[in-house]
Amino acid sequence: MEVGVMKMMNKEKLDLKETELRLGLPGTEEEIIMGKNLVMNSNGKRGYTETVDLKLNISGIDQTEYQKEKNLYKETKTPAKAQVVGWPPVRSFRKNIMAVQKSDSEETTDKAEIGVATFVKVSMDGAPYLRKVDLKIYTSYQELFDALGKMFSSFTIGMMDFMNGSKLIDHLNDSDYFPTYEDKDGDWMLVGDVPWKMFVESCKRLRIMKGAEAIGLAPRAMEKCKNRN
Amino acid sequence: MAQSFPEDVLVHVFSFLNCDKDRNAVSLVCKSWYDIERSSRRRIFIGNCYAVSPEILIRRFPDVRAVELKGKPHFADFNLVPEGWGGYVYPWVVSMARAYPWLEEIKLKRMVVTDESLELISKSFKNFKVLVLLSCEGFTTDGLAYIAANCRNLRELDLGESEVEDLSGHWLSHFPDNCTSLVSLNISCLVSEVSFSALERLVARSPNLKTLRLNRAVPLEKLPNLLYCAPQLVELGTGVYFAEIQSDIFSNLAEAFLGCKQLKGLSGFWDVVPAYLPAMYSVCSRITSLNLSYATAQNPDLVHFVSQCSNLQRLWVLDYIEDTGLEALAASCKDLQELRVFPSDPYDAEGNVTLTEQGLVAVSEGCPKLQSVLYFCRQMSNAALVTIARNRPNMIRFRLCIIEPRAPDYLTLEPLDTGFGAIVENCKELRRLSMSGLLTDRVFEYIGTHAKKLEMLSIAFAGNSDLGLHHVLSGCESLRKLEIRDCPFGDKALLANATKLETMRSLWMSSCSVSFGACKLLGQKMPRLNVEVINERGPPDSGPESCPVEKLYVYRTIAGPRVDMPGFVWTMDEHVSSRLSRATE
Repeated sequence: MEVGVMKMMNKEKLDLKETELRLGLPGTEEEIIMGKNLVMNSNGKRGYTETVDLKLNISGIDQTEYQKEKNLYKETKTPAKAQVVGWPPVRSFRKNIMAVQKSDSEETTDKAEIGVATFVKVSMDGAPYLRKVDLKIYTSYQELFDALGKMFSSFTIGMMDFMNGSKLIDHLNDSDYFPTYEDKDGDWMLVGDVPWKMFVESCKRLRIMKGAEAIGLAPRAMEKCKNRN
Repeated sequence: MAQSFPEDVLVHVFSFLNCDKDRNAVSLVCKSWYDIERSSRRRIFIGNCYAVSPEILIRRFPDVRAVELKGKPHFADFNLVPEGWGGYVYPWVVSMARAYPWLEEIKLKRMVVTDESLELISKSFKNFKVLVLLSCEGFTTDGLAYIAANCRNLRELDLGESEVEDLSGHWLSHFPDNCTSLVSLNISCLVSEVSFSALERLVARSPNLKTLRLNRAVPLEKLPNLLYCAPQLVELGTGVYFAEIQSDIFSNLAEAFLGCKQLKGLSGFWDVVPAYLPAMYSVCSRITSLNLSYATAQNPDLVHFVSQCSNLQRLWVLDYIEDTGLEALAASCKDLQELRVFPSDPYDAEGNVTLTEQGLVAVSEGCPKLQSVLYFCRQMSNAALVTIARNRPNMIRFRLCIIEPRAPDYLTLEPLDTGFGAIVENCKELRRLSMSGLLTDRVFEYIGTHAKKLEMLSIAFAGNSDLGLHHVLSGCESLRKLEIRDCPFGDKALLANATKLETMRSLWMSSCSVSFGACKLLGQKMPRLNVEVINERGPPDSGPESCPVEKLYVYRTIAGPRVDMPGFVWTMDEHVSSRLSRATE
């Protein structure tokens, strides 16, 4: 019951977000703040003080184990700073190199994992251009899907699924779009199978595939996803 | 008067003019000088590939041998420019393939390069010598195979920090056995292992090789082999360095370095195990350029190594060097001209190292030739900035990034206006400035008043009102590039200084308060500017005209609006309204 109500609230929030012309890329701090400051900013202008107020947890419903751990960490140590896009101005090339070096070294602390950015390319079948997302700024599949939905919403005008923020996986039956990813070994997998953290570490790029093609991909995995939801 | 010299003499005289500024000046004297100059110009630099078109270039300069092009705006480095924005080199290559069969050099920065382009380059220019791709993307190692295989006289292949889709290391083996012309090879951005024996043979048969920057996949124990093949190297970028210390590897390395008497520059050091650093001590005293910005070594090993390099002119390093390391640097490296300190952990709010304003102050005191600084730190004070400014009036490039946006002077909690004001007031030759921390409109007043030689300014999370932007646009006479993010600058200053924009290469504004209406107006009034609105959420006219645009990129051009814009970029010209309404039909 509670979950249903939360889902409704989430839906409303997202609908309101849709009608506003907002600044910034999806999944960025502007996106996250929208949920909090809808009324204040209906004139479309964004006060710059808001950009510093960053919270990672927009949906609040997904209290997965990892999420709980993370909140605990935030309370006990220096809070992990959620990232403003492109700040500090360190080149992606450098950030990605540092990420590789950190993951190679033996002492990988929570701090290091949370801190370093991981940019991956995202393509969607039929969309004329690619995106890049920093997987480290999301803490769950739900957040990632929400962000992806918004990123590609201009191509899915007819697809209310994205707009409503429902999980992409819910539409296996309608053979719409499926998020897939290429992992470290070069294999294409369906997004959602492995624990979030493992996914972030092994994902090299994302591709939102059109239904027909994705069916050939790990059918058991798709079955698993259906059952999970 | 102009008729008194025969053309041959003028051609000969002009052949001594190498710099663009001189050639441009000469071409304005009279029509015959213009014609002679244009047919003898061999090197072209185009700072914004959309400012001109290949056709216009070729029409004016019929016999060019070297072309340098820059594509995306600088903020693309920080992911502020969406994928697919543009900067494609292919149309340029196609046109140049037809018009410049003797082209020898192509240098690109922030452009999209495809394998198709690389193949076309390799097959169209018989005397092709130099390919430099800095921060480019869009190509794979298959494209590199074409270059290796077909460019018989290749001298330089520099992949900079490009994003290459690394399919395999096999491309390197495509260099034919009779290719002996290599002078510079930089493959440090590649991930895949190249065949070491192919690399070794290539290096061995390239007697003129001066620069070799390896990628991470070349292991430490193989490095001596390469050094023995190329003792004449001037610049070396090492491969990976993380092998546990083994005495035979160490002694092989030390001995190999002993033979490198010409070595002046070192880079690479990926994952360097500090215990190996002493293997390079024999070359330290000759080193003038050191890039340790990927080395995870910390003090005391790090500072010990750096202090040995008494002739150091350029140092790039991570903040592991800390204040103590910078103090040692200031004491031992009196020739230092350029210092860049990068953050090892940019997203950590508190920081894991003791690197503060003190380190930079120490270097500014101890190094009289210091003129170029890029410094990431977590605290700054006006007092420190004033000290630095007074110590180094010869500063030319000053880029300071305080990691927390809008961080005030940590001692007084005031804005850093006075500090940056001192920089621009004392450093009269300042050409480039990047600011951070808490800044009000006042700092822009200082900049507009004093920064008369400033060419490039980067601003983030600063200012209070349009007045700030107005000071900059109206006061900075030499300004060429202005990039702004997250500042409360809007329409007034922009429209009031519209003509200034034609004297600049480009203006970037993202997450500011410039309205769609103002962008339209600017585009309509200034036909020689391309006013491009980047809105990923949807067409800019889906809201009222007063709605701010997400990102704005304005640049001067003689090529008109570009034709390769993706769906999220709109050009504001007199046709914008009708185009937008058509798009939503």
